[in-house]
Amino acid sequence: MRYVIPAAVFAVLVGFFWIGLSKDPSEVPSPFIGKPAPAFELAELRDPKTLVSQHDLTGRPSLLNVWATWCVGCRQEHETLLQLAAMDIVPIYGLNYRDNRDQALQWLARLGDPYVATGYDPDGAAGLDWGVYGAPETFLIDPEGIVVYKHLGPMSLRIWQEEFMPRIRSMSGDQG
Amino acid sequence: MKMQIVGVLLSLLLPFASFAIDSDGPLPNPELQARYDRLTDELRCLVCQNQTVADSNADLAKDLRARTREMLLAGASDAEILEFMTDRYGDFVLYRPPVAGRTVLLWAAPILLLLIGSASAFLVIRGRSQAGELPEEGEDPFNSHGTDRHV
Repeated sequence: MRYVIPAAVFAVLVGFFWIGLSKDPSEVPSPFIGKPAPAFELAELRDPKTLVSQHDLTGRPSLLNVWATWCVGCRQEHETLLQLAAMDIVPIYGLNYRDNRDQALQWLARLGDPYVATGYDPDGAAGLDWGVYGAPETFLIDPEGIVVYKHLGPMSLRIWQEEFMPRIRSMSGDQG
Repeated sequence: MKMQIVGVLLSLLLPFASFAIDSDGPLPNPELQARYDRLTDELRCLVCQNQTVADSNADLAKDLRARTREMLLAGASDAEILEFMTDRYGDFVLYRPPVAGRTVLLWAAPILLLLIGSASAFLVIRGRSQAGELPEEGEDPFNSHGTDRHV
């Protein structure tokens, strides 16, 4: 009997640690989920005369992928983004975050360009408005321009199937 | 010889030199600077989460410092600046999150733990005293069985 309470306390602690330690502390929940996409207006990376803004992200489900040439995870996910672009399920917009235009263009020329358009954000101002704190980050935006989901870290086909596709399907379900 | 001693003594002062993290220099008036110091010390750098925005050398922390500085110079209030940050990065960016439904447990935990601890201490001590287990005066309280543990 005298061991019941310590055993119970131990069990509770194990429970807390089990849940707590299996979480990734670098993953901070985005305050934008369920809210309209933050406003931004950036020159396009390849064609600086045209602008990319939050208005481009409405009308159909779309992705906004935050990337940079200095970002290792972006190199890692690039192949996946090209595959997703080839599948042509949703348009992928890029946000080139704290980068250099020449290097970014070289990267796209060398590795392929999965983006419909890429906003060029050299000083990270638009990134700050989107709450970006580590590239790569991928946002899913619904046709009304509401941020539905954010994935932190490299995109993979598995994450795409598990996290993105169900949400995209439910969006097209809403539309009829 | 004398010069060498002076040199050694002077070099002992080196650790006291502060290496400023801000390259922009101080804000124009001391009151703004004080608010800047306090605000950046309240904000968590999301890249290196155990550092404040004031301490961190990460690019994001630099951006957040620059934005705090800009907003202060533009006349924003402390509350406006903190709101700007939480709008973008959530309550996580604050080292002291607001007391709300989700954070009640976080804030109440120290008091709860203190209560649980003192309640169990009280129960244990009362249980022992009722069982007559309190050590006699002069007896080693850690050796209530009367065995000799002296080394």
